[in-house]
Amino acid sequence: MSATPVAEVDLGDLGFGRGAHLLVQRALAGLPPGGRLAVSGRDPALRVHLPAWCRGRGHRVEWPDRGDRTDPAAVVVRGSADDDRWFGAERAGPALPSALSSRPPARWGLGARGALLEAGGPEARFDLDDRDLVWADIAPHLYAQAAARQWDPQAAVPWDDPFALPSDVEAAVVQVMTYLVENEQAALVVPARFVGRIHPHFREVVQLLAIQMADEARHMEVFSRRALLRGAELGTSSAGGRQSLFTLVAESDFALASFLLSVLGEGSFVDLLSFLHENAPDPVTRRICWLAMQDERRHVVFGMAHLEHQAQLDPLLRDRLRAAIHRRHDALVDTAGLNADVFDALVVLAAGGWHPDDVSAGFGRVRALQHAMDQGRQRRLVRLGFRADEAAALSALHTRNFM
Amino acid sequence: MPTPTVLLGAVAYDPKVVTIWEGFRAWLRGRGLDFDFVLYSHYERQVEDLVAGRIDAAWNSPLAWLRAERLAVANGTTVRALTMRDTDQDLTSVVVVRAGSPVRQLADLAGRVVAVGAIDSPQATLIPLGHLAAAGVTVDVRRFDVGVGLHGDHIGGERDAARALVAGEVDAACMIDANHLAFVQEGTLPPEGTRIVAQTARYDHCNMTVRAPESDGVRLFGTLLLGMSYADQLVRPLLDLEGLTAWREGRTTGYDALADAVDASGFYSPDGRVTATDYRP
Repeated sequence: MSATPVAEVDLGDLGFGRGAHLLVQRALAGLPPGGRLAVSGRDPALRVHLPAWCRGRGHRVEWPDRGDRTDPAAVVVRGSADDDRWFGAERAGPALPSALSSRPPARWGLGARGALLEAGGPEARFDLDDRDLVWADIAPHLYAQAAARQWDPQAAVPWDDPFALPSDVEAAVVQVMTYLVENEQAALVVPARFVGRIHPHFREVVQLLAIQMADEARHMEVFSRRALLRGAELGTSSAGGRQSLFTLVAESDFALASFLLSVLGEGSFVDLLSFLHENAPDPVTRRICWLAMQDERRHVVFGMAHLEHQAQLDPLLRDRLRAAIHRRHDALVDTAGLNADVFDALVVLAAGGWHPDDVSAGFGRVRALQHAMDQGRQRRLVRLGFRADEAAALSALHTRNFM
Repeated sequence: MPTPTVLLGAVAYDPKVVTIWEGFRAWLRGRGLDFDFVLYSHYERQVEDLVAGRIDAAWNSPLAWLRAERLAVANGTTVRALTMRDTDQDLTSVVVVRAGSPVRQLADLAGRVVAVGAIDSPQATLIPLGHLAAAGVTVDVRRFDVGVGLHGDHIGGERDAARALVAGEVDAACMIDANHLAFVQEGTLPPEGTRIVAQTARYDHCNMTVRAPESDGVRLFGTLLLGMSYADQLVRPLLDLEGLTAWREGRTTGYDALADAVDASGFYSPDGRVTATDYRP
């Protein structure tokens, strides 16, 4: 008999002002549209609130005669709106980053990956939506590692360790720190320009880049703080250095920007930070260069991983990478490249004294650093599939500003 | 055969009205109806324009329906309710007091201060005051005139009345059942802080008023509205904004209480003129 309720719920003293709808909703969920639910309760406003609540959700309410019973008992006839809302709903791909969509649709937008999406809603424009372009299988692992290794600039650095440097050595440190700050600034801005364009389906990549930006933010902080630890002024910033960084920030292609920043720039930067760690004249400089180097290594690993993956799938990628190096070289050919003050400061730090032999040795160490940077770039280019001779030629075209 | 057309009038009681009708317009045009709309700042001009034939359909408040009906009769024409929302049927209003109030029943309100909504609100003023009058209870009315001319579509008057009740400025407040629930859930009224002392009989709210006999366009409009499905992702957000899950066939059986209240208060004359003395939409 269709008029007989098939389910019932007793709300007790609970009113709709305190969540009674949850009990009704839960009981209705088990019924098909047209199913009947007997609802009883003692809240004095039930007779007013139950119909008002049901009306807004497309359910119907009947009040059968209950004979001599005084407590109200209504019958709610389930409507179809709850089901209709989920007509055409779909899962936004798998919850875990296995079997990711090669090209997630724009309609998934900001929906959580794996969530059941109500149909409709905005077509969000995330133009970096090609799995082969943005994804690397190592991204979730790198993200977890990066999240676990975040360090507190206040606690991780011995800011209060006593040390005193001759003023010219301190000036060299300040100059190098000034250079590092502006490079880190560029390294923060470059991923920032892409994070908002990557389809959230590839969220581990977004998360990794977000942490990468947080890394750079900390680097900017600690390098600035070291620069001002003993004085009140920063060093110089050359027009050529800023021009070099600007060409990096201006690259709007994700693959090319990762290539220039992570594979070539940050790769060289790891060598520079290692050099500074070895030649630092004070414990604060030594520590912050070591901390930054750990982070930068991770950035290089991700940049390499997704470009290696892409290079395997797309034989034309190398042509684009090659062209990007040439383009940047051409744009910078008339600039001075590395700030001469920075080069000199590196020599001073590596020399450790003012005897001509010290300076000569320091000069040699900076040359060795440049050689190591070049070798590193060549190795990474070869891993991306360039022939050794071409890798050497391309590495030689890299900006003299290191980054 | 020319494309059937409909020009609808709607009252802009909220910015969302533009979103709703622009959305419906695109949907209706995609289904063979050359549809457009004009927005009014209050219901009185909209009703006059419908009866005068300047618009084909009016998305009317219950009070506007009554006036359209009276104006039409006065000039020898007919209007009818084409459709209404599922949520327009079988509403009630309530009279609420503070939980600790000595008022136990309607008669106890005699001589007390009762807060109502705007002068032209069917649900928060005209119908509940009519309910009190029918019970022979004379009260001191404190009106909260927010959005006059919008026939109570603006919730502000009801909310102000509820706040006045909580603040102890009035002895009772009138509101539609769903707003009592909303005010309790949003915290305007404390959950156990009020008591319902009266509930009106069921009545109906808005309807899509059209002139009879209907044009081809109006007939198609009615068919298309009734065919809108909550499962359709294109219209569901619009239905949510407009507060319905389905359109129903229009009916005019649920307006008697309001008509009695309109007559008793002299809000409109039998031939549809605005006769309420302090009503300035």
